[in-house]
Amino acid sequence: MSGLSIENISMRFDLPNGTAVQALQDVSLLLNKGELMSVLGPSGCGKTTLLNIVAGFLAPTSGQVVLNGHAVTGPDAERGMVFQQGALFEWMDVRENVSFGPRMGGQTEAQWGAQVDHLLDVTGLGDFKDKATYELSGGMQQRVALARCLANDPDVILMDEPLGALDALTREKMQGLVLKLWKETGKTIILITHSVEEAILLGERLLVMAPRPGRIHEEYRLPFAEMGVGGDLREVKTAPGYAETREEILEMIWNMEEEIMGRTEDMQ
Amino acid sequence: MIGVMILLVYVAIFLGSFLVVRFFVRRSTSDFTALKTVTFGDESAVASNRIASVVSVVTIFLIWGSFTGSNWVPGFLHAPGPFVGDTSFVYTIETGDGTRDDATVFVRVAGFGEQAEKFEVDPGEGIAKDDAVAMPASRSSTILFDRNDEVTRKDGAQVVAIDGVAIGPDKAIQTPAGRFALTAKGAISYAPPRGLQMEPIWLPPPEAVVGRLIEIADEGYRDSTLWNHLGYSLFRVIAGFLFGALLGIPLGYAMGLSDWFRGWFEPIVEFMRPVPPLALIPLVIIWFGIGETGKIILLFLASLWIMAISARAGVSGVNISKVHAAYSLGASKFQIMRHVIMPNSLPEIFTGARVAMGVCWGTVVAAELVAASEGAGMMIMVASKFQLTDIVLMGIILIGVIGFGIDVLMRKAENWLVPWKGRS
Repeated sequence: MSGLSIENISMRFDLPNGTAVQALQDVSLLLNKGELMSVLGPSGCGKTTLLNIVAGFLAPTSGQVVLNGHAVTGPDAERGMVFQQGALFEWMDVRENVSFGPRMGGQTEAQWGAQVDHLLDVTGLGDFKDKATYELSGGMQQRVALARCLANDPDVILMDEPLGALDALTREKMQGLVLKLWKETGKTIILITHSVEEAILLGERLLVMAPRPGRIHEEYRLPFAEMGVGGDLREVKTAPGYAETREEILEMIWNMEEEIMGRTEDMQ
Repeated sequence: MIGVMILLVYVAIFLGSFLVVRFFVRRSTSDFTALKTVTFGDESAVASNRIASVVSVVTIFLIWGSFTGSNWVPGFLHAPGPFVGDTSFVYTIETGDGTRDDATVFVRVAGFGEQAEKFEVDPGEGIAKDDAVAMPASRSSTILFDRNDEVTRKDGAQVVAIDGVAIGPDKAIQTPAGRFALTAKGAISYAPPRGLQMEPIWLPPPEAVVGRLIEIADEGYRDSTLWNHLGYSLFRVIAGFLFGALLGIPLGYAMGLSDWFRGWFEPIVEFMRPVPPLALIPLVIIWFGIGETGKIILLFLASLWIMAISARAGVSGVNISKVHAAYSLGASKFQIMRHVIMPNSLPEIFTGARVAMGVCWGTVVAAELVAASEGAGMMIMVASKFQLTDIVLMGIILIGVIGFGIDVLMRKAENWLVPWKGRS
């Protein structure tokens, strides 16, 4: 079976003070090859935990993640990861960063050179390939992170708020780049974000999660990512249905937040 | 007294040069800092003032030269020197029966480092006879005025006035000739004006120190050339530091990567770290003697804990995202060690290395002060026993310059090898 299957994942953290936190409860999900799913939810809903489980950094208390027919037991090159920031290797230049995966896999430059240079061009880093990463702007650094992940040719790309630290304009540009790369490479992508707009624009599928315990609240299938590919993201925002979807999801998350706040007030 | 004077002069130059520079040197208006209106509290607007640094260094040498009567400082800048040359004063004695008589004491004061030459004078007439005294500058001299007098102190004679000013056993006086007092036995204690200059035994003038440097660089000191002394100290530091780093860095890595290693070595490292290396000198001497082995082991111990702790901090400080990213890119544990953890820890290790080199340099000098047959510390220790202050000063300056040089080199190496430090 080709695709990513999340099967009845539960995650419980036992705290030192004797209480336990149910970070995820019975989360099940099936992602087909080539789908882009964005995940939204108020803080504490377990979205990063879910991503870490899929990446293999955390083992779930129960349930399993199955990719291409085999269970995930740890991190692996088949599941690439793009972090919010700070995950680049400052002691390598841009090209060395991007070629890290192939080089660790024992490939020679003859094998990875063409692909890496192609990715550098696609991500607009062609002129910066000999620069140190700390000399680049935040947006450029995230381009490096994207290219580095793609250079390794993973089956699934996991993005943990990859654009969260960027300013609004850079962010918009990068959203276009993510869509473009997704379409060109046909990768399966899970993208966690705090921005409702970003989730709607990029998510072919959109998952809203709810906290305490972390669970799937609602799932959408949206047409906007398909529209955005090759088009203008700002035009997509005027497309029919966009505003309504955004309002609906915003309201949903607002209600959740209020519920949380209400609960904390009750406790006090 | 001299200390207070020097402090006052120093403060005066500090304030004076500040005001002069403020009023007469215009800041360039082209740089951005000059346009800032808020500078007080803005740390980035406070760059070290070059003029202040130059004036500061010049001031130190000026004060040094001025208060030691250096040839390198023009005469009008010299602090008043001690009286040197011939002087005389008249003392009045009173015998037991009330008779008074005057006599003159001729004093010849020799300058610093010169031998006071004895001389004779004609004793003259009267009960009290004239005396001749030779003495070095800036000292006091007890003058047994009655050695040639007809009536001596034993006979009940006593000094009642100097140059016409009354003096008594409890009453010291100051005249233009100097300071006078009477000893318990009635002799005259005389100190010619001391001025404000330091004796070379306390503080030699700069040219004396430079002269010593040239002399010792040329002829060596205590059976070794100067380069030998300094070379030995440097060799000990580098050997001790290298051994310390060679063991300390892997130890720090192991402590950062394994709970067993950390648990095992943490008590040892945390205990040894605050022990000053100087406190280990006696034990090292008991165990290894005063030879090279003992010194290198001491420096090894001085750098070991610093290097271990900095390597551990370097490993612990790795952003977990970097490690996760590397795993997700298919790197093995060994590759993560080699390509992520080790380069990531380099900035911390360099900081540790700079600290360790500084500590080692301080420790080696101290160890050589205690016991050594060569070395910079040994040089100044032996010189101090012979009161060769100029060699002591020369040694201190050389030690300072080398210590500073080590730090500069380490910083250069740091900029070259870990340019990403503090910029991730």
